[in-house]
Amino acid sequence: MASLARIRPTIQRRLPLVRAIQTAADSSQLREGASHSEPFTVKLHEDSFRGYRTEAPDLDIEVTKEQLLTMYKQMNVVRRMEMAADALYKQKLIRGFCHLAIGQEAVSVGMEHGTTHQDRIISSYRTHPFAVLRGGSIKGLIGELLGRQCGMSHGKGGSMHVFTPAFQGGHGIVGAQVPLGAGLAFAAKYEDKPIATYAMYGDGASNQGQVFESFNMAKLWNLPCVFVCENNKYGMGTSAERSSSNTEYFTRGDKIPGIQANGMDILAVLKAVRHTKDWVVSGKGPILLEFVTYRYGGHSMSDPGTTYRTREEVQRMRSTQDPIRGLQRYIEEWGLASEQDLKTMDKEAKAEVDQAVEEAKQSPLPFEKDLWSDIYAKGTEPPFMRGREREEIHTF
Amino acid sequence: MAGRETRKMNMYQGVRDALSNAMMRDDTAVVFGEDVAFGGVFRCTMGLAEEFGRERVFNTPLTEQGIAGFGIGLAAMGHTAIAEIQFADYIYPAFDQIVNEAAKYRFRSGGQFSAGGLTIRCPSMAVGHGGHYHSQSPEGFFMGGAGLKVRTSIHTGSCLFDIFVQIVIPRSPIQAKGLLLASIRDPNPVIFMEPKVLYRSSVEQVPIDDYELPLGRAETLTPGSDLTLLSWGTPVYHCETALHMLGSPPESLARHVPQSLRSAKVELIDLRTILPWDVETVAESVSRTGRLVVVHEAGRTGGVGAEIGAEIQKRCFLKLNAPVKLVTGWDTPVPMQYEKFYMPDPLRILDAVVETLTY
Ligand SMILES: Cc1ncc(C[n+]2csc(CCOP(=O)(O)OP(=O)(O)O)c2C)c(N)n1
Ligand SMILES: [Mg+2]
Repeated sequence: MASLARIRPTIQRRLPLVRAIQTAADSSQLREGASHSEPFTVKLHEDSFRGYRTEAPDLDIEVTKEQLLTMYKQMNVVRRMEMAADALYKQKLIRGFCHLAIGQEAVSVGMEHGTTHQDRIISSYRTHPFAVLRGGSIKGLIGELLGRQCGMSHGKGGSMHVFTPAFQGGHGIVGAQVPLGAGLAFAAKYEDKPIATYAMYGDGASNQGQVFESFNMAKLWNLPCVFVCENNKYGMGTSAERSSSNTEYFTRGDKIPGIQANGMDILAVLKAVRHTKDWVVSGKGPILLEFVTYRYGGHSMSDPGTTYRTREEVQRMRSTQDPIRGLQRYIEEWGLASEQDLKTMDKEAKAEVDQAVEEAKQSPLPFEKDLWSDIYAKGTEPPFMRGREREEIHTF
Repeated sequence: MAGRETRKMNMYQGVRDALSNAMMRDDTAVVFGEDVAFGGVFRCTMGLAEEFGRERVFNTPLTEQGIAGFGIGLAAMGHTAIAEIQFADYIYPAFDQIVNEAAKYRFRSGGQFSAGGLTIRCPSMAVGHGGHYHSQSPEGFFMGGAGLKVRTSIHTGSCLFDIFVQIVIPRSPIQAKGLLLASIRDPNPVIFMEPKVLYRSSVEQVPIDDYELPLGRAETLTPGSDLTLLSWGTPVYHCETALHMLGSPPESLARHVPQSLRSAKVELIDLRTILPWDVETVAESVSRTGRLVVVHEAGRTGGVGAEIGAEIQKRCFLKLNAPVKLVTGWDTPVPMQYEKFYMPDPLRILDAVVETLTY
């Protein structure tokens, strides 16, 4: 037993020497009044960011009423969509693996607002929101989960395999997308495109060797790549402290500067994304960006999410740091919309998702011909391929 | 070859010529890998950095998994990514990227993205003293690793399994150049394994123009009717030597080669593409000859020969006059001291041919 105790990781409960960032979702303040028509400036909480080998971004951010309302709507839509997926899974209409991003909406929606669809985002398997925000439809997403023709990958991939022209996917092998991100960024640099590539991974994935390989290549070649660690505190059932000798993920790029940002306040996310986009597009090379966030549900549908953390912890995050409630408070307090207006928007989001779910359910199973499509490049297929039984032969 | 301008080249020069041709025609093509900007361990990229610039021919860190993943990302953006893994022995860290990302990107994304523009070159097979980590032939590991594609011939009603990453192994400078250009331009990912002992030892008059040789197609080097001898890469030459010995055995061997076998007509085939392999050509040949000997350097268990043997016994069962015979490396690490005993050599091939002809 003594030897067992020795190999158990030492969990450091160190007192932070520097001030920790805070993850309240609603601590930003208006600078002046909030305009209904003009952009206005908001001051983020002073503990929204930390910098490593670089100054933290300044705390002022310019927003518009319209943008805040759009963000609010989108966060509601993607949460409703994930809840719908949860229900469909429990009805056994969705099979296989399914990872939901409920609680992490400020990251996906904030990133969407800080980038254009020319920018590139590649991430893991917890990415339904990105696929929908970046050119996909809810119907296409739910259809993919259900394995239907209308799915984004024609129903052939499922939850972990969602892509759009502006979202390079959807990758199920932990960490594998990170070097791909370096390649995407290199392509952009090669073509002299003034765009950013965001290569995203989790706190668990951050310990994969290829993540460090990618950092090194990116720094060596000065690639316009933002490495985004979505630190939701757990990799499956293992807390960050138990998986990582250094849980300050924004400092793990060695010579690559890093920024840690409050991933629960969408305005801090937006500011960090704008800041890092400017950074890489101006030719300063790669940068790390850690979003401190939280996943409310289990790792996947087969994980209740309560064996390795307490119910109280989840409950506390939900009730005090929820990103959607945070934005709601801003909108209401700054007089941009009334509680009633927002309730109406919630209802609309729910109706939009419900309708998409119904439409997706109507979509048939994949075409039989799709059993043989997208295997080889068009025009290079072999003359024939066998199907599910001996007599079933497909001719190209 | 008639009327075409040629130059005497060895195989590394043939590879280099193909890379240069590819980069000339395709502005998106880049070459990267460990030390490639300096020419690479085997000089295959000599002078390319000077010719095309350091932005297009660049060294990577020692990062095989990263190289593969980076190449896939680059290819996904429509670029031509030509990666070098310094030795085929070091492709294992990249296995995950090749099998899980490169091979499945197109399928997983419903055709929206693919790694089709990716070619991974790697020096492979033995030189005689490479030992555990410089002599391996890992082609077999990729055979079933990536998900199956099932190819059917309507004529025979049977099928061939292969995967979405192709594997190509040339036997000579002319072959290397044409097959590499075809691999680079093929819209599916390709692993191109270059038998390293042939880099210098194999020399031919190679056309200097830009040409391609077909992937997925075996080449019959000597026609025959009594036995099919199938190989790829370095052992193709050992097969030729063995066939010479069969026709006119040196004195020391004469008593092991029955007179009646010396005029046997053996059909020698170079498989060239290991995946998808040219089952039609091989099956057609074995249907005529009734006998098959497969020679490869990799170990036997789970090797390419096992796959070919299984398929051929199924397709040609009633035509076979002898069991399919495999001449392969042994199921041990490639040994440093006794490498020449590990490799299938002309003697072991001759022995297998005699045994199969007299079965
Ligand atoms: C190479 C590999 N190893 C293990 C797994 C199984 N697995 C899937 S997700 C996961 C945890 C990843 O945690 P993190 O990176 O923090 O991402 P999160 O799920 O929190 O978004 C593990 C171990 C995998 N998919 N791929
Ligand atoms: Mg995590």
